[in-house]
Amino acid sequence: MNLRRFSLISVPYLWLLALFLVPFLIVLKISVSDIALSIPPYTPTLDFSEGWAGFKDFLSQLDFENFTFLATDDLYWKSYLSSLQIAFIATFFSLLIGFPIAYGMANAPSEWQPTLMLLVILPFWTSFLIRVYSLIGILSQEGMLNQFLMWLGLIDDPLTILNTNVAVYIGIVYTYVPFMILPIYATLTKLDGSLLEAAEDLGCSRAEAFWRITVPLSKAGIIAGCFLVFIPALGEFVIPSLLGGSETLMIGKVLYEEFFANRDWPVAGAVAVILLLILIIPIVLYQRNEQKIMEAEQ
Amino acid sequence: MRRLTWFNATSLTLGFAFLYIPMIVVIIYSFNESRLVTVWGGFSTKWYGELFQNEAFLDAAWVTFKVGFFSSIIATILGTMGAYVLVRGGRFFGRTLFSGMIYAPLVMPEVITGLSLLLLFISIGLDRGLFTIILAHATFSMCYVSVVVSSRLVSFDRSVEEAALDLGCTPFEAFRLVTLPIIAPAVISGWLLALTLSLDDLVIASFVAGPSATTLPIKVFSSIRLGVSPEINALSTILIGLVTIGTVAASLTTKRAVLRRNRAERMA
Repeated sequence: MNLRRFSLISVPYLWLLALFLVPFLIVLKISVSDIALSIPPYTPTLDFSEGWAGFKDFLSQLDFENFTFLATDDLYWKSYLSSLQIAFIATFFSLLIGFPIAYGMANAPSEWQPTLMLLVILPFWTSFLIRVYSLIGILSQEGMLNQFLMWLGLIDDPLTILNTNVAVYIGIVYTYVPFMILPIYATLTKLDGSLLEAAEDLGCSRAEAFWRITVPLSKAGIIAGCFLVFIPALGEFVIPSLLGGSETLMIGKVLYEEFFANRDWPVAGAVAVILLLILIIPIVLYQRNEQKIMEAEQ
Repeated sequence: MRRLTWFNATSLTLGFAFLYIPMIVVIIYSFNESRLVTVWGGFSTKWYGELFQNEAFLDAAWVTFKVGFFSSIIATILGTMGAYVLVRGGRFFGRTLFSGMIYAPLVMPEVITGLSLLLLFISIGLDRGLFTIILAHATFSMCYVSVVVSSRLVSFDRSVEEAALDLGCTPFEAFRLVTLPIIAPAVISGWLLALTLSLDDLVIASFVAGPSATTLPIKVFSSIRLGVSPEINALSTILIGLVTIGTVAASLTTKRAVLRRNRAERMA
């Protein structure tokens, strides 16, 4: 192997080893350590001065106590379940709102399409924090949404939306819906219009043609969009801490608080490891779906 | 076949209203005279004045800018190298691990990335501050750059590269004279993505920042927790304005480039 190729490969390789893989191994290690009143606040710490015997001693002090603690304490497994539930419901509503938008875009006059596309991408480049912030004013007691609903006469007293799970759903849908729209739009634009005409000629109603042709043919985009919303929503921290209330349990927020407020690093590490284990399933399914799309295109 | 039915027009109108009304409200209320965020007290630009006198915000903005500048450059160089290795590297020891490490950070929850980097910095005794934020941002953004650049590398015709090599270019010359100009648009959009991700990041930065360096998102987050304020509305308006100008300009440039290429192809 020549030197140039070797250095080309090794620079990004070593960077990722040092700043991605090693940190991750440290999290794994800390998750099986015990909390201690020291700096850093956990034991055992690895000490190479005692050689192999020291390493064996170090290994013998590690245990899965933090994981059994997570399993027995309600707070944690409830947070995992409620994160999953919130992510599921929010993904469902993103699909419900995102699909009609993507469908409308794909069927709009072609000279509009670049502009519509730009309008979907623009929020995506806009600061995430600012977009979550913009919802606070709308959803508050005296905010726009309540004023609007009262003006319509649908409600007499303002609803409490901010600092509830409903606000978290709205927040996730609002910030992640572009991720749902773009892949669905991409599959819908590739859809061959003559198939729909053929179906209508053969006696399908519009709705029937939609369910039997458009939906199955855009399935790959729908699946990709759902995972692109579900995966980041599961570990979300900003939305539950700004829009959620005391009833909102999400694991990203629990991890953050465990680390910064309780300073229990080993438990925070264990929380992170379990979260990753849960995420592996949707990630593998997403990858498989992407591969299918690639194969279909070739 | 393209027809704008009532259904489509309604879903587009409602959909874009949903996406844009909250931001438009923030923009309108940034020009509100009153400190109360729900009452309109007349037009005023005084909150912009107050924002530009707020030292804490200005310092944080300067830190954010420095972090974004350096981390996005490092990320672009490393990410382009990573993409080249992935697509053109052939087989080498640990290739699967390498591609895994490129794709994993894209789906890793930010709290975990932040936590793991912080634990690394603490265990090697690196003081937290500007430098650690730059390292953290460069690491996760380089993966995004790699993905963007590698999709361009996969799709272009390799024979032009081979022709350059046959005509006597060294591999590095072939890269600089042939490959780089072809992938340049992807490298630039990768860089812009890295810059945006860095300017926008709250979670990872709040893990690795330490007390000495506060970025703008960290500052904004802590003041949002205290409630809606007209200064934040003004700041949001500026940021939304910059992004809008940038995005529209970028799309116009690509549109013009496409038009020019089409014309050149017609001439040929």
